[in-house]
Amino acid sequence: MKELSLFLGCLIPNRYPGIEKATKLVLDRLGIRWSELKEASCCPAPGVFRSFDRITWLTLASRNLVLAEKKDNDILTLCNGCFSSLSDANSILRSDISLRNEVNMHLKKINKEFLGTIEVRHIIEFFYRDLGTDKLKKEIEKPLELRTAVHYGCHMLKPTRERKLGGAECPVFFDELVEATGSLSVPYEGKTSCCGAGGGVRSAMLETSLKMTEYKLERMKKAGVECIVDACPFCHLQYDGGQVELAKAGKLYNLPVVHYSQLLGLALGYTPEEVGLFLNEIRNPEFEAKMEAIWRKNLKSSG
Amino acid sequence: MKKSEILTCFQCGTCHASCPSGKYTSLNVRKIVRDSMKKDVSDSQELWMCTTCYNCQERCPRGIKVTDAVLLLRSEAVKKGKILPAHRKVCRFLLETGHAIPIDDKHAAIRERIGLAGTETVCKYPAALAEVKSLLRSTGFDELIKE
Ligand code: SF4
Ligand code: SF4
Repeated sequence: MKELSLFLGCLIPNRYPGIEKATKLVLDRLGIRWSELKEASCCPAPGVFRSFDRITWLTLASRNLVLAEKKDNDILTLCNGCFSSLSDANSILRSDISLRNEVNMHLKKINKEFLGTIEVRHIIEFFYRDLGTDKLKKEIEKPLELRTAVHYGCHMLKPTRERKLGGAECPVFFDELVEATGSLSVPYEGKTSCCGAGGGVRSAMLETSLKMTEYKLERMKKAGVECIVDACPFCHLQYDGGQVELAKAGKLYNLPVVHYSQLLGLALGYTPEEVGLFLNEIRNPEFEAKMEAIWRKNLKSSG
Repeated sequence: MKKSEILTCFQCGTCHASCPSGKYTSLNVRKIVRDSMKKDVSDSQELWMCTTCYNCQERCPRGIKVTDAVLLLRSEAVKKGKILPAHRKVCRFLLETGHAIPIDDKHAAIRERIGLAGTETVCKYPAALAEVKSLLRSTGFDELIKE
């Protein structure tokens, strides 16, 4: 397997470094060759920047793509936003010659050129397609048996014509990956609905965005889950920070939020601390105690 | 997306019925996209209530790229200087740091505590940040977001 360039984006290193740590541990443990994509910038985020100016969005995305092209690495993203910007820009610039020429004219000023020689991957579809759930299952040391609410997030799946990951109405691959770790993906109403963060709505219209978050949280809670499992730091922020904001209005959900890398890390035997599980804004003592207890029990049986 | 696509809309309302934002807000994507063919919708606050979830685009029976239409209308509004203050701020972060969400002291401290080195991104490499700034000048983004 050729080396992957790990593209962390903004939110993971700068707000949720626990996800970064968990991902690096997990990739090493599974024998996946990776190196961090040095000198990368914001993907740039699809919400504001793609809305503002398509050429700027394409040009900045292409610079990140070129950094990986130089290493002949495919890019591995951990965020639906980064995945969406980089893979969309990659395919637009591959197919539209006049846009590519325009972007390359800008890139020329910094001695770079977009060639379109690499692929952009999302860690979830990468695990599913290149590793497979059967192989993953064999690696699991500690099935956690958590009842989880899986949240795909919009831009991993849609637009479906571009993503080519199957339909967006009832996808199953992420659920299968979660269940491969020994946890349960509990069905809930509105599962494929948006977390409310995207499109610049969270930054400019917080109240509106939180209404969509509440819709989700209510239904997850009703399904009796112990935590949310996501695949995107922006959804992660919306659920985590969003619960703090909702709590100020007296709406308490207390649902822990876990990125898939963290869930997988735990199932591979890493401690809650090692995967940065308790670095969220929202803290749920009951969940934390349970996770600590599972780990202590494991320590005893293996020691 | 071509704006002429919108003319094939037969006003079925599937897009609006699928919209998570329209459930709670005054955004009616069917209406705003239709209106854009007759008049300037740059002043509409509703344009910015869309989370770009792509539900409308996925479900449109005519195959109209509804979300892409919203993105196009937004960029037209931005060209006319209609930029929400919060978005302008995010743009400034990008211009200054190369990140929409730059690192802060709190999270730098967390990184250190959990044994992560500093990030390898533009924030560590001044020459790389200069490249980003140069591109943002070249595309006119710095001018676009000026007040
Ligand atoms: S779903 Fe398509 S055809 Fe129906 S109203 Fe919306 S844009 Fe028009
Ligand atoms: S993409 Fe925007 S307009 Fe379309 S359904 Fe989603 S939030 Fe509504």
